[in-house]
Amino acid sequence: MPKIKLPTSSPHIDMTPMVDLFSLLLTFFMLTTSFKPTEVAVIDTPASISEKQAPDNNIMTISISKVNKLYFNIDNGIDTSRHYRIETLKKMGEYYKIVFTPKELAKFEKLSGFGFPIQAMKAWINAADQKARDEIQATLEKDKKDGIPIDSTDNQFSNWILFARTANPDLQVAIKADLETEYEIVKKVLDILQEKQVNKFNLVTNMEKVEVKMEDIK
Amino acid sequence: MAQIEDHGNDHGKGGKKRPKKHSTHIDMTPMVDLMCLLITFFMLTTAFSKPKVMEIVLPEKKKDDKIEGPKVPKHRTFNILITQNSTIYWYIGNYNPTDKTDTIPNFYKTDFSKDGIRKVLLARNKELFKSIEELKENVKKGVVKPEEILTKDSLAVLQKTKTQNEIVNFITMKAIKELKSKDEIGPIVLIKADKEHTKYKDFVRIIDEMAIASIARYAVVDPSFYEMQKLAELTGNAPPVAENKETKK
Repeated sequence: MPKIKLPTSSPHIDMTPMVDLFSLLLTFFMLTTSFKPTEVAVIDTPASISEKQAPDNNIMTISISKVNKLYFNIDNGIDTSRHYRIETLKKMGEYYKIVFTPKELAKFEKLSGFGFPIQAMKAWINAADQKARDEIQATLEKDKKDGIPIDSTDNQFSNWILFARTANPDLQVAIKADLETEYEIVKKVLDILQEKQVNKFNLVTNMEKVEVKMEDIK
Repeated sequence: MAQIEDHGNDHGKGGKKRPKKHSTHIDMTPMVDLMCLLITFFMLTTAFSKPKVMEIVLPEKKKDDKIEGPKVPKHRTFNILITQNSTIYWYIGNYNPTDKTDTIPNFYKTDFSKDGIRKVLLARNKELFKSIEELKENVKKGVVKPEEILTKDSLAVLQKTKTQNEIVNFITMKAIKELKSKDEIGPIVLIKADKEHTKYKDFVRIIDEMAIASIARYAVVDPSFYEMQKLAELTGNAPPVAENKETKK
């Protein structure tokens, strides 16, 4: 009996359309991507109807966590040649009598936001990687020494603002606070900023559309 | 393709040697793998929407206490007191307990719901809100032309750098600002938050309500001692201490 030969179909699948689609997606993501900045604290921002976008640079972000701790971040301006972060830290170091080596300053330039007294800054900069830095932040939190001091006895926050603004006069202020943050601390921050002649603030919010119809008004 | 091949075979009976056809398939699996990986990476790291910001401008701190602020007509003054659990109390006018001729204002309780403070504000700001809505509608329809609001020169400058859409937005904002500055009947809202009991979200919400109701003039101020007392009475909180900074002012 002759063997029945099944027609052997090639196991190849035509992947061209799939590859096409993938390349399209890849190109799209590559072009539109802007990397998520690393966040210092989990902050759930309130909603507003504002559609204004946060500026890309020349911005000083003051984050206030759920438990009323302050975090601070500044950027380097429109390009890295300006070294605003270095300038600011240098002045802070001079004021608090902490000497930062050029290497440390250069390292600080590439880092992001932080929330602890300046005295812990050296250890934080010299930590091996981001994980070690997060650990430092976590230990400080445990010892209740986290957050930038804002009391009148040791107002480091006010100095950060002062020196950041002397380094970069175009700096805008963004305040990012949690839903549950106490108004008292926000008010304190606003007061300090106003003392430093900052009267315009950007409150970071999520957008939420609200429609008001003419019929609603009677 | 198959048809062409058949055709060729029919004629080539004599046995023309054809080079063996290689398959045109390339194994694309590794490429697809890599692409999958890359796509996943970019998808996960992308921050799609940039954060939005709400802009507030606070009045400059008075350096000299002797300089008095602008006089505000009583009937237009709309005081909003915020306290715990997102509760709002509001009253009209201003009250000075030392002035015997002042009548004690009525405090009304409300909240942040749709029918709460928003309705009250909209009812008082009806005229301005209507004219702003009309303006937006007219811009949308194209009844209001950019040339009517801007001078030729400034329009030309804008056209160089901005798209048509941006220009339309810009002139709408400008026109709204003008309407707001001309407003003579709408409320002047004073936002006073009870420092100890208010949450940040309520502060943002009330400022947002100002934007929703298109309130032309509002300010964030500290509550007076009398208002703190009244709030304590209304909410059952501990009354404020007399040596308060506010009372000294």
